[in-house]
Amino acid sequence: MRIATRRSSAVLAGGAALALALTACAPSSNDTDDDGDMTTAAAEVPEIDCSVYDEFGDLDGTTVSVYTSIVEPEQEDQELSYDPFEECTGVTVQYEGSREFEAQLLVRLQAGNAPDIAYVPQPGLLSTIVNDTGAAVPAPDATAANVDEYFSESWKGYGTVDGTFYAAPLGANIKSYVWYSPSAFEEAGYEVPTTWDEMIELSDQIVADGKIPWCAGIASGDATGWPATDWVEDVVLRVAGPDAYDQWTTHEIPFNDPQIVESLDEVANILKNEDYVNAGFGGVDSIAATEWDGAGAPILDGNCSMHRAANFYQNQWPEGTEVAEDGDVYAFYLPSMTEGEKPILGGGEFVVAFDDRPEVQAFQTYLSSADWANVKAAVTTRGGWVSANTGLDSELLATDFDRLSADLLADPEAEFRFDGSDLMPGSVGAGTFWSEMVAFFASDKSSQEVADAIEASWPTS
Amino acid sequence: MSVPIPAVKLSEQDEKKASKGPASKMSRIDRRAAAGKKALTSPWATVTAIVIAVLWTTPTLGLLITSFRPEQDIRSSGWWTTITRPWFNFDNYESALFGSSTQLSTFFVNSIVITLPAVVIPITLALLASYAFAWIEFRGKNILFIAVFALQVVPIQVTLIPLLSQYVDWGLNGTFWAVWLSHSIFALPLAIFLLHNFMKEIPRSLIEAARMDGAGHVKIFFQVLMPLLVPAIASFGIFQFLWVWNDLLVSLTFAGGGRDVAPLTVRVAEMAGSRGGDWHILSAGAFISMIVPMIVFLALQRYFVRGLLAGSVKG
Repeated sequence: MRIATRRSSAVLAGGAALALALTACAPSSNDTDDDGDMTTAAAEVPEIDCSVYDEFGDLDGTTVSVYTSIVEPEQEDQELSYDPFEECTGVTVQYEGSREFEAQLLVRLQAGNAPDIAYVPQPGLLSTIVNDTGAAVPAPDATAANVDEYFSESWKGYGTVDGTFYAAPLGANIKSYVWYSPSAFEEAGYEVPTTWDEMIELSDQIVADGKIPWCAGIASGDATGWPATDWVEDVVLRVAGPDAYDQWTTHEIPFNDPQIVESLDEVANILKNEDYVNAGFGGVDSIAATEWDGAGAPILDGNCSMHRAANFYQNQWPEGTEVAEDGDVYAFYLPSMTEGEKPILGGGEFVVAFDDRPEVQAFQTYLSSADWANVKAAVTTRGGWVSANTGLDSELLATDFDRLSADLLADPEAEFRFDGSDLMPGSVGAGTFWSEMVAFFASDKSSQEVADAIEASWPTS
Repeated sequence: MSVPIPAVKLSEQDEKKASKGPASKMSRIDRRAAAGKKALTSPWATVTAIVIAVLWTTPTLGLLITSFRPEQDIRSSGWWTTITRPWFNFDNYESALFGSSTQLSTFFVNSIVITLPAVVIPITLALLASYAFAWIEFRGKNILFIAVFALQVVPIQVTLIPLLSQYVDWGLNGTFWAVWLSHSIFALPLAIFLLHNFMKEIPRSLIEAARMDGAGHVKIFFQVLMPLLVPAIASFGIFQFLWVWNDLLVSLTFAGGGRDVAPLTVRVAEMAGSRGGDWHILSAGAFISMIVPMIVFLALQRYFVRGLLAGSVKG
């Protein structure tokens, strides 16, 4: 009994010591934070026009709850960008971010506990919400007018279900990027390719120089496989074209259509070519096991030359990496087959409301305005955020790379298409498409077999 | 049953070693423990135990080492490479504790505010209920007890949506009340069952003697039973404490992720970042949230095994 008591008090003491050690390092960390990159330095926040919100009446003292999948650290910039609206109207915006957003939102809707506003990252989920729960409220006229003014027709289309406009676009991301090291390219005398063939030639040249050109990784916890679906979608856009892409995502043509199989073969030409991959990690099968967020890292130590990843990969580079056209890393637009066309694959969030109180509608209108896009750009000091809002002043964006993305989104030549796996039914887009792509790499399943298997899993109704 | 019977299988020496006291003070459990101890002190059992312990501890050790490694190292190499290239710092703990707009201590306080009532409420109710089930005769007692017992098989997942809509009707959703009530509801069947069985083991003669001396239910409950119930209460308390402290599902569903109600687990789950890439912070956050249950468990573990066994094996 005595021994036991003494042991337990030793444990208590040990635990207390650990807790003390943790608190002891607290003050010093606060000091260093001040001159680190954590400073929320007063960015030049643009003035907004408050009179726009007069039509919604006196909103002082009201509250709008927002539920999203955007968590820390991006959450901070989101909340900061609401300040001008809160100052104008006196509305308090209650922000709640959760990584379990997609499952929890449906639970809350079914239980009658809907937030006022949710940012839905997939048009597929939006139509599920509208059709299955009936909880969504169509966007007010002021919001629709903003969207007509500032967004392209296709973006409005992604927020529309069965002809009713529900959700205005919020942020956007672009997936058609290839990351590379400008300094390494310059040293070796490589040029940024502008067509698909040039890119293949460049890959061959890198192989001839005794290096492995491409690195890739598709592991991402229980969502493993999604980076590979982006690859396929990007190639479908280029091989089959945007029209066939639309038919493919809506299942007007089957998943194992010859054009899709051809696109998968084109992906295999790069990612299943032992000479081309997987720089810094191993053979073809290592693609399935490599974490997506670290897959581009070999570019920094010169092992890998090219890594296709979205614009948000910008935030995955280790601290201190210079993302610039003459810096450590930068990205070029994944070239199209011919120079004339410019398809872009991307994604984004959409603002769905579940209530039509005036303060909710006012906030919806604010989020769809050019004002919000510019405020958000100004407060996002770390970079990594763009919007398809054409009213966005790209000078306000934090990095050159974000400006490149914004310009690409605003390019009238460019044809934007939403990430296909987010448009397909959940059991495919977040199910078999992922798992079959893992098999594509891990067990060398052929393009035809993969396409057949996904087609067979497509829900019949 | 509680009359001391000399142990049949034990030699005298073993018995001495095991009890360190007069044989009459040995309870059934102690005797069983002694027999078990003899069976488990074979070399093979020792080797197996060590192998299992090493296998089960290795991933945790890996996570602990990872939590002290710089982000870049975590992404480029495995934690076992630190043997050749040791390089540690507290950066991950810094960002886990202070790196977001809300300090981690806020969620720590929320966790404590959630956990304490969620432990006290079910134990209090279960003690009263199990006293009634054990020592008060009333009609339908057995059917009622079986009904309570049977409630244990209801998986909490199927109750989430109905319960949440009920809370929405009552206006309790998103408050601590919703979490306290839910945890109490989910804990009560097991708590009543365990405490009832423990109380039933207390000799009837003891209760009857107290009654002869003029004690009523209240006096028997507080002065006769409570001192004897301490191990059972403590063991169930730890069990419930660990369950509530580590719970993510219930608090995420009923309290949500707002910073004024969300517990530590909800925050830790979000440390992985919007795109799941920040697990250097996640690993540090996991160890910070582990400190309190570790202290509680290690400090009170001797009650844990003994008390749970005492209640579950009905004699």
